[in-house]
Amino acid sequence: MGLKSKLHTLKEKYKGKKMAPAFNALHTFLYLPNDTTHGGTHIKVADDLKRTMNIVILAMIPCLIFGMFNAGYQHYLALGEIEAASGFLGDTFWTLDNFIIGLIKILPLVIVSYGVGLGIEFLFAIIKGHEVEEGYLVTGMLVPLIVPVDLPLWMLAVAVAFGVVLGKEVFGGTGMNILNPALTIRAFLFFAYPTWMSGDKVWVHGAVERANQISEGAALDSISGETILGSYAQNQEIAYSLADMFYGLIPGSVGETSKILIIIGGLFLIFTKIGSWRIIVSTILGALVMGLIFNGVVDQGWIGETSKFYGLMSVPFWQHLIIGSILFGAVYMATDPVTASQTNKGKWIYGFLIGFISILIRVFNPAYPEGVFLAILLMNVFAPTIDHYVVQANVKRRMKRLKAKVA
Amino acid sequence: MALLSKKDSKLILDPLADNNPITIQVLGICSALAITAELNASIVMAISVIFVLGVGNVVISLIRNIIPSKIRIIVQLTVVATLVIIVDQVLKAYAYTLSKELSVFVGLIITNCIIMGRFEAFALGNGVWRSFLDGIGNALGYGVILIIVGFFRELLGSGTLLGIEVLGNPVDKTGLYAFGYENNGFMLLSPMALIVVGIIIWVQRHKNKALIEDH
Repeated sequence: MGLKSKLHTLKEKYKGKKMAPAFNALHTFLYLPNDTTHGGTHIKVADDLKRTMNIVILAMIPCLIFGMFNAGYQHYLALGEIEAASGFLGDTFWTLDNFIIGLIKILPLVIVSYGVGLGIEFLFAIIKGHEVEEGYLVTGMLVPLIVPVDLPLWMLAVAVAFGVVLGKEVFGGTGMNILNPALTIRAFLFFAYPTWMSGDKVWVHGAVERANQISEGAALDSISGETILGSYAQNQEIAYSLADMFYGLIPGSVGETSKILIIIGGLFLIFTKIGSWRIIVSTILGALVMGLIFNGVVDQGWIGETSKFYGLMSVPFWQHLIIGSILFGAVYMATDPVTASQTNKGKWIYGFLIGFISILIRVFNPAYPEGVFLAILLMNVFAPTIDHYVVQANVKRRMKRLKAKVA
Repeated sequence: MALLSKKDSKLILDPLADNNPITIQVLGICSALAITAELNASIVMAISVIFVLGVGNVVISLIRNIIPSKIRIIVQLTVVATLVIIVDQVLKAYAYTLSKELSVFVGLIITNCIIMGRFEAFALGNGVWRSFLDGIGNALGYGVILIIVGFFRELLGSGTLLGIEVLGNPVDKTGLYAFGYENNGFMLLSPMALIVVGIIIWVQRHKNKALIEDH
């Protein structure tokens, strides 16, 4: 007897019992269900929720694999054991050693994220007596991509539990949440354990350990793994070339460094019509406009070179897109169909404000060099309001037209 | 014979659970968020409110028949303000550091909706003894939530309770910290107080389904 029929008999056996949702979820996740819809089916589409989720995950896999190589690369580079890679296909980057470090550090993050998150999803499905929802499949993959490599696993577990229960389940589960669960998890980590989520030590594997050894008196060189945003915020020299930033050979959260892979993933999402191109384009526009305004301020000489904002304000506006995680946020986070605006006009406003506010926070709040996640969470809250006014404006316009016709 | 009649004991017990001022009536949230980062601040706040509301209810109930109804709010405010100033002065005299920590929030007891609410809703229409019980009951209900929130916020946020190290010492990495545990800084921020209150409301409604409103 194969696994499929075994699962099927188990499913039949538990039908109507408390544990039923768990078996149903396993069965439909692994196989096509035996029973098809009968009766009045009105909408026929090829992609169900699971397939949608899988496409998003597929779009993120390159970022994850790149992140694994990058974790090892940054580690060995900081230790001075390898030369800096030249370009995207540099031969010191795509090495097995790099990948192994990444695998050891990042695979556990993925496993913990999925294990805890899906565990809670199953638990809630059983308590509530409805089917397990697929929403966590994407969240579970996003979470390891937006945290630093060296994040302790128990912190991740606590944050995932918090994010899934209070960010999603209390509102009624997938499709009902106001806030993006992955960003809720990141926000929790950021405010709960700031020493593990920001600063110049957390982005390179081994840097924290090395700092501890030095403080205990070991004669070692310290590892500096400052992100580019961090260096800018302190008006420091940038040690990385623009090409490095674009290819992603820089320290940062696991999956957000490689802009080229994010662009490929974004094109894939747009091509498959899973991600909204309106949101992606308008977010980028918003960021560019804010960057242009800051550049203008610098050009006019309204801000002195000694100002602590000078470094970030004088960054050429288009460079804001390749430093920090604004692109990652625009492609994978802002486009979350549940928490974004639903109307087309609303999507433009929603995306534009995300880009705009991200750069605003990035420049003006040195404590949060990366404002993208805060901007997206903020706009998540406002998305329903934006939709409301867009719909009302449409109603008003049509009422006017109707009146004009009658009169 | 029981100390209190059934009707009277209901006045004390109801606000503790099924008619709690914070979790059911959602009053007095501001101070619950602001001062619960430490357990001792929560306890002092709870005692202060118990005093103000208990005595205030008695005073209002005593003069309820001679207050002109048009200016009753002003009279009520005068009574609360007097009591709050007494509390504030006592704190300043005997617990100066705590009083600094609570800062404006002692003064803001005046605007605590629970107090004016009980004056208006209960003390103006009931006898002295029953008003006293009602005041104590509601203040206790408020205090219990404050203390629960303060307990979790201080324990998880600073690893201490009433200033005593419970989870070891983070500097020496003893106790739980030896396992790589860290304090949750989020717990010390006000939003987490709101979330803890939310969780208490969740648990309470889960236990007593009658509290869940119809949609």
